Amino acid sequence: MSKRSVSFKIYRYDPDRDEKPYMQDITVDLEPSDKKLLDALVRLRGKDDSMSFRRSCREGVCGSDAMNINGKNGLACLTDVDSLAQPITLRPLPGLPVIRDLIVDMTQFFKQYHSIKPYLVNNEPTPERERLQSPEEREELNGLYECILCACCSTACPSFWWNPDKFVGPAGLLAAYRFLADTRDQDTNARLDNLEDPYRLFRCHSIMNCVDVCPKNLNPTKAIGKIKDMMVRRAV
Amino acid sequence: MNVAKRTFDAVIVGAGGAGLRAALQLSEAGMKTAVLSKVFPTRSHTVAAQGGVAASLGNSTEDNWHWHMYDTVKGSDWLGDQDAIEFMCKKANEVVIELEHYGMPFDRTDNGKIYQRPFGGHSMNYGQAPVMRSCAAADRTGHAMLHALYQRNVRANTQFFVEWMALDLIRNENGDVLGVTAMELETGEVTIFHTKATIFATGGAGRIYHSSTNAFINTGDGLGMAARAGVPLEDMEFWQFHPTGVAGAGVLITEGVRGEGGILRNASGERFMERYAPNLKDLASRDIVSRAMTTEINEGRGCGPDKDHVLLDITHLAPENIMKRLPGIREISIQFAGVDPIKAPIPVVPTCHYQMGGIPTNYKGQVVVPKDGNPNTPIVGFYAAGECACASVHGANRLGTNSLLDLLVFGKSAGETVVEDFQSGNLSLKPLPADAADASLARLARLENQTGGESVFDVGLEMRRTMQKHAGVFRFDDLLKEGVSKMAEVAERAKRTEIADKSKVWNIARMEALELDNLIEVARATIVSAEARKESRGAHVRDDAPDTAENPNGRDDENWLKHTLWYSEGNRLDYKPVNLKPMSDDVKAIALAKRTY
Repeated sequence: MSKRSVSFKIYRYDPDRDEKPYMQDITVDLEPSDKKLLDALVRLRGKDDSMSFRRSCREGVCGSDAMNINGKNGLACLTDVDSLAQPITLRPLPGLPVIRDLIVDMTQFFKQYHSIKPYLVNNEPTPERERLQSPEEREELNGLYECILCACCSTACPSFWWNPDKFVGPAGLLAAYRFLADTRDQDTNARLDNLEDPYRLFRCHSIMNCVDVCPKNLNPTKAIGKIKDMMVRRAV
Repeated sequence: MNVAKRTFDAVIVGAGGAGLRAALQLSEAGMKTAVLSKVFPTRSHTVAAQGGVAASLGNSTEDNWHWHMYDTVKGSDWLGDQDAIEFMCKKANEVVIELEHYGMPFDRTDNGKIYQRPFGGHSMNYGQAPVMRSCAAADRTGHAMLHALYQRNVRANTQFFVEWMALDLIRNENGDVLGVTAMELETGEVTIFHTKATIFATGGAGRIYHSSTNAFINTGDGLGMAARAGVPLEDMEFWQFHPTGVAGAGVLITEGVRGEGGILRNASGERFMERYAPNLKDLASRDIVSRAMTTEINEGRGCGPDKDHVLLDITHLAPENIMKRLPGIREISIQFAGVDPIKAPIPVVPTCHYQMGGIPTNYKGQVVVPKDGNPNTPIVGFYAAGECACASVHGANRLGTNSLLDLLVFGKSAGETVVEDFQSGNLSLKPLPADAADASLARLARLENQTGGESVFDVGLEMRRTMQKHAGVFRFDDLLKEGVSKMAEVAERAKRTEIADKSKVWNIARMEALELDNLIEVARATIVSAEARKESRGAHVRDDAPDTAENPNGRDDENWLKHTLWYSEGNRLDYKPVNLKPMSDDVKAIALAKRTY
């Protein structure tokens, strides 16, 4: 079988060595078992061990290997390498400071996630057994709890690019609604108060880039819409 | 190199399920704690667990912890310690209910309770029929659990050191543990974490095998650190090959698929498990199912052009049930097998999944080693929990859903023990030896200055291929012996790894070289321990120890009902007795018997 050769154009920057970022052209021969973009990147590292990116589970559940692939955010481990136009252009997720190569500083992203108090609040005495929740009530959490915090969505969002310190961003707001929608959570008012300002929630202009790029097929825009509804209903 | 020093009451290495559960105990008790993790906590491999966590809640079928204990002892092929198993099964309801209170989005029964599904090897009334014991959040239980635990830690203000790799364990001349050295990946700087207590929760090392469900990060860092520091590793010959990894890709397909009614079929469409396990069939224990599949393939009844896999069939299940209970599996199957399981069966092969052995501990999470005639003497200041530890609850074969339970119960228990020891004044900050960081600095300097060396990629590949060939689902004396000498050669090569990238910043090449050091310790432990154990038990099955009247299933209790202890120095083996006595006087020991399902 003839070798499959794939050409890349990859954003490279090592602050320890490079004065400024540059795009590296590199070609790599793949083995038949190399199916995903991540497989190709691991193969590429056999050729150039300085190419840096995060990776772990290689099955789309840990959220490590998010990057900008031919102009669109996605996970390398869930992207078929043969589906991509060559040269495959890889850049770090947009809008966050680059640490090295495809590795970005996610501090701001997690700060926003933490800012929505991503934990259940229930001040009643702890019961001996589980708190009851009907299957229908539980179903409300589907499409919300599956988020893997890969940051594909927030870093595809112009509102987040412009105000990463003030706008919570789609990932954080999806998490906010995950707790608002949980019948076991009692902090609804405080959670809405926490989002009631011109930026934190309302900078979302429903551009829907987040929906377009989410590798788990989640819909942050819809969740944000529901939070806005709750705000309105609370006001009247 | 300058080495910074930081002082904490405790350091926890690893922020998967076990590390996060332990961290909660320490944070809520007000201990000054550092949690180190190579990855952001929610990227730890607990996230990939799918099918559920075991607890005898009895929400859908009658159940109790005695039945769970019996299943676990039997599943372990009697190599599990019955005191630890009793402890785990008794504690299961408590730790699972706690998770629900933390906000974990479990699926629900019609009356609002936690949804439970059947799972392999779990039975009611001591083996009579499948029981619904696996508490599940669709087929994303690990993800839901890890996020809930992380979120609870956010509430508890736990202090994380994200993307820090621990390098070596620090011990003084008495052998007491004083903390670890660790490298910050972003800067490459080394810091000493000087502590009163050190908890390892570093997970497994499934990456020693070529075909593995494990993540890239599962490199046995805790085991490598422990082994280099003179701590023995227990029962490392026992590796679980999960029956259903996606053929070619290795990605896990949960046993919950069979719990929901999935059936394994060979090339002629036969439900072959009926021949191997007439009672529990496809829901027999994992070692049994993996061997049955391998036998089918070896005897020419495999599927596909190369007859190299079997099929996992759920096409007879209602599509809406698949969408509701197994949505993640459907995604994985489409992504990695190119098959929509609603329409066609999934090609699967047994794939390395879980390490039953590990750092020897007791049920309190204390690391225990032979000393002064006592085989289980705690090391002062050292604790471990989760897959990196061996309590031992899984013995020679783990039951599905007992791993998430293990990390909850023993993560909490290790945390509680540390808090107790801390509050009672049993822990103190002992003076740091002058050479505390020398071993780590020497490893880094060696790597920095190596010339004419070996590529990390090549040596790692040779290790994985060697382990796959020489210590797989079925084991052969000649292959094991050959494997021991081959791994010794690979280990020599690993001492001369060379990296081209010398950057200080986020240097993956350096990280992978350091990880390889850890994997090599685990691979050596595995092959040496496996070669030495001349019986078949649980996941360790040798062709020269077949099923006989004298030794049912090839198990030789007279000579081999004992735990292996492997020491890195000199590749030395030692053994210690299995605890066949439960913790409580009023609990009857599960008597030795032949394992059938």
